[in-house]
Order: sequence, then C-alpha cells, then structure tokens
Amino acid sequence: MSTVEIRNLHKSFGKLEVLKGIDFTVESGQVVCVIGPSGSGKSTLLRCVNLLEQPTSGTVVVDGVDLTDPDADIDAARRHIGMVFQQFNLFPHLTVRRNVTIAQERVLKRSKGECDRVARENLEKVGLIDKIDAYPPQLSGGQQQRVAIARALAMNPSLMLFDEPTSALDPELVGDVLSVMRKLAEDGMTMLVVTHEMGFAREVADRVVFMDGGVIVEDGPPEQVIADPQHERTREFLSRVLHPGV
Amino acid sequence: MSAVSEQEDTSHAEPRKGLSPRKKQRISRSVQYAVLVAVLVVLVALADWKAIGESFLNLDVARKGLPDLFTVALRNTVIYTLSGFALGFVLGLVLALMRLSTVAPYRWLSTIYIEIFRGLPILLIFLMIGSLPLAFPGFELPGGVYGSAALGLGVVSAAYMAENFRAGIQAVPKGQMEAARSLGMPHMRAMVSIVIPQAIRIVLPPLTNQLVMLLKDSSLVLILGVTAAQVELAKFGNDQSSTYANPTPILATGLTYLLITIPLGYVARRLEARQGAGR
Repeated sequence: MSTVEIRNLHKSFGKLEVLKGIDFTVESGQVVCVIGPSGSGKSTLLRCVNLLEQPTSGTVVVDGVDLTDPDADIDAARRHIGMVFQQFNLFPHLTVRRNVTIAQERVLKRSKGECDRVARENLEKVGLIDKIDAYPPQLSGGQQQRVAIARALAMNPSLMLFDEPTSALDPELVGDVLSVMRKLAEDGMTMLVVTHEMGFAREVADRVVFMDGGVIVEDGPPEQVIADPQHERTREFLSRVLHPGV
Repeated sequence: MSAVSEQEDTSHAEPRKGLSPRKKQRISRSVQYAVLVAVLVVLVALADWKAIGESFLNLDVARKGLPDLFTVALRNTVIYTLSGFALGFVLGLVLALMRLSTVAPYRWLSTIYIEIFRGLPILLIFLMIGSLPLAFPGFELPGGVYGSAALGLGVVSAAYMAENFRAGIQAVPKGQMEAARSLGMPHMRAMVSIVIPQAIRIVLPPLTNQLVMLLKDSSLVLILGVTAAQVELAKFGNDQSSTYANPTPILATGLTYLLITIPLGYVARRLEARQGAGR
C-alpha cells in the first residue's frame, strides 16, 4: 500500500499558483528526494502532505486517510507523520528531554517512564544522549537538527518529512545530520526529503523527483534523474547545482 | 603648492578668531556649577530647617506609625496589587487569545474591551464598582473591599496586559506553532504548552512595569471606603498625618512605596537587558 498518494494537487497563495497539479505516490519504505530550484514549490508540496498548508484542490491520502476530507482528524494523522524543518524549530524553553517527551505525553498519553525510555532510545539513535539535559540554544545547529529528528521519531511515525534539513547548517555540520538520515533510510523508514544535497539523493533515494514551476518535471530512480536526465530543465538545474560557477 | 599654503593659512587663522571649542566647553561648565552653587546657597539660607525637620522628618510621629505601616498598610497594598495583577494576568491572556482568534466577533469584543478600559481612569472604575449596589440592591461582590479592589485593578490591568500578551504571542516564531502542530498537538494545546510559555518570557519586562503601575494605582482603593484593617499605604499615611497634624507619615509612606517600586523597576531593566543580549 502506498503511504502517500497525492492526486491533482493545486495550491495558490492569493493569485500566485505555487502547485499546478501534482500527482505522485510514495510507497511504504521508500525514500523519495524532491529536488528543484527555489520557488519551484517543493517545500509547499511537502507542507501539504501533513496539511501545514491547506491545499487549494486535489487530494492527499496518507496511510489510507484522505487528509483533504473536511471530516478527517488532522491532529490524529499528524501523530504518524514526523516532520523536520529547515530551521529545526526545537522548543527553546524546554530541555532536550522535554522536547522529545512533551508530545508523547500530551498527545499519545504515554506514561512518564515510557516517554523517558522512548526519548533516551531515540536520542541514542541520533548520538546525543549526553545532551539530554541541555537546552536547544546551547547546541550547535547540527545537534539541534538531530534532536529535532529524535523528537519526530519518538512519535513512532510511519512517514518522515524533511524540509531542507541541512540548508541552515554550517557545511561541516551537514555530514552528521545526513548520516542520521541515511541510517533511518536503511532501517526502512518511509521518507520524503526536500533537499539540495545531490550526493545524498543519489546514494540514498529510491526515487528522485525534479520539480520546477509548480509541476513535477521528472520522476524516477536517481541513476536516471540525476545521472541521465531526460528533460532540458532538469539538465540545466543539475549542471548549475553540480558544477556551480562553470 | 599655492593651494596647500592657503589651506595652512586659514587653519592657522581660525583659532585666533575666538575661543577654542574646548575652552568654550570649560567656561560653560563653570557657569553651570556656579549657578548650581548659588541656588543651593540661597535655598539653604532661606529654608526654615527647624520647621522642615519637625514637619517632614519628625521621628516621634514616624515611630507612632510603626509597625502598622508595614504590618497593615504595606500588607494591604501588596494584597490589592497582587490580586489585581493575578486577575489582570488571566483576563489579559484570555483577551489576547480572543484578539488573535479566527472568530471575528471574539476579535471585536476583545478590541472593544481593551479600548474602553485603557481609556478610563481607574478612579472612575472604582466609583462604578462602588455604585454597583445602587444599581442592584442587595448585590455584593465576594470578598468585600478586597474583591472590589481586585476587580477594579484587574479589569483595567487586563486591558494593558492583553496588548502585551498579544505582542508576545506574535513575537514567538511561526515555526514553533508549526512544529507543535506537526507533532499532532491541537491548536489550543500547542498554544498553552509551547507558544504562551515563550510569550510570557518575552513580555516579562513590560509585565514587571505593569506591576509597578498597579502598585501605585492601588492607592485609589481608598475611594471604596475602607476600614482601619483594610487601609493601604496612601490612605494610611494621610490618616496618620491628620491624626498627628504632621506630614511626616506621608513622607514615610512615600519611602515605603519606593522601597518596592525602585527594586522592581531595576528588575524590569535587568530582564530587558538580558533579553536584548540573548537575541
């Protein structure tokens, strides 16, 4: 069964049409990377998957639930859709531990002991168990992003959304975050990743989607889309990203 | 060559025209000191120090006000202020949330409330509260004077605090709400657990100033008609000074206010500075 199924998705901000009819699916266990120039609508597409943006028309079905149905319980659906933001968006007034436990406790109603156990397990996974009592502003950007990943994983999501997770990081901190994501992919997590990291897309993705001007231009395995693009627009974008300054 | 020499000429000529800026400044400062000294000398010579001492610094009279100045008057002032602040805090938060609501009538109601209660003097609010039993015979606010004082100070400070809270909530980055919602928290839950705690931190300095304002405004409680046990600082000072026909108690009362307002003001500035440094 497909984890994500998007049909004829349109999204406009006022008069500006950002998504002009998107159709695509993510199968369970797949890692799909969305690439494309800025303003192509890739972040908007990602934010439509958990309805942080309300689609103008079309359907978004996640785990068999149509989120665009007015009767759908969006809060319930979001519990199983983890999201990682470009700016991390950790809660700065709470410790790392609390960041990872608060939604488990308040939303999933897990016991205190259970919350703590899950928090430790996931902080262990991202290599930051020693920072459990720190506050987010005391951490580097890369560490904050890994805590954000642990926070999302603590909800046991069936799908993880990544919105340019390494774009706000200093170059030397990108590697740690990418290796956590790589491990996650190896463990079989279904992932939808908006990224500029072509190396990551080529190595980890099962499929790469190239977007431009609010439509999907090319969709296929990385060896095809990145190594042998069929469309002129894809070729142009890739040559700019892979050989900047040439 | 000639241009350079001309320039040198003018730069030499200028200081000779008048005093140098530094010299002017020195003279100006000397004049200011001279005026200050002259005024002080005149004041000291003309003032009736004995009368001033007996009137304003009469320790015998001041002593008679103790310990009631602190155990009754200050205590009541603090009670009126804190209960008003607590009510204003809760009501202000509700008004701020209404102001930011997607339901338009809530926004209107909140705006109307804020405009009205920021525009009215607290004295008038107290007069209205005092006249409630006239309008509704038999009506009595719970808590008597304490309840009335908390209500009066609370409804007015709520209007100011609502604006503070609204600004604070809007200053919390949008990503905080989005992150909370993406974890499955309903809007209200995210507001209460994530956004409001951060907003309160942001508005701590203006809230502290609000507390100082409220402490001073609590002096108007006297208009409600209070008993000797309910008296607050300002009325206490006034009563004592008429009893002993001496203004010293008013001065003592003033010092007692400053004992609280100056440290609080200092705390507010420290909080502000800390936030400025953290940004």
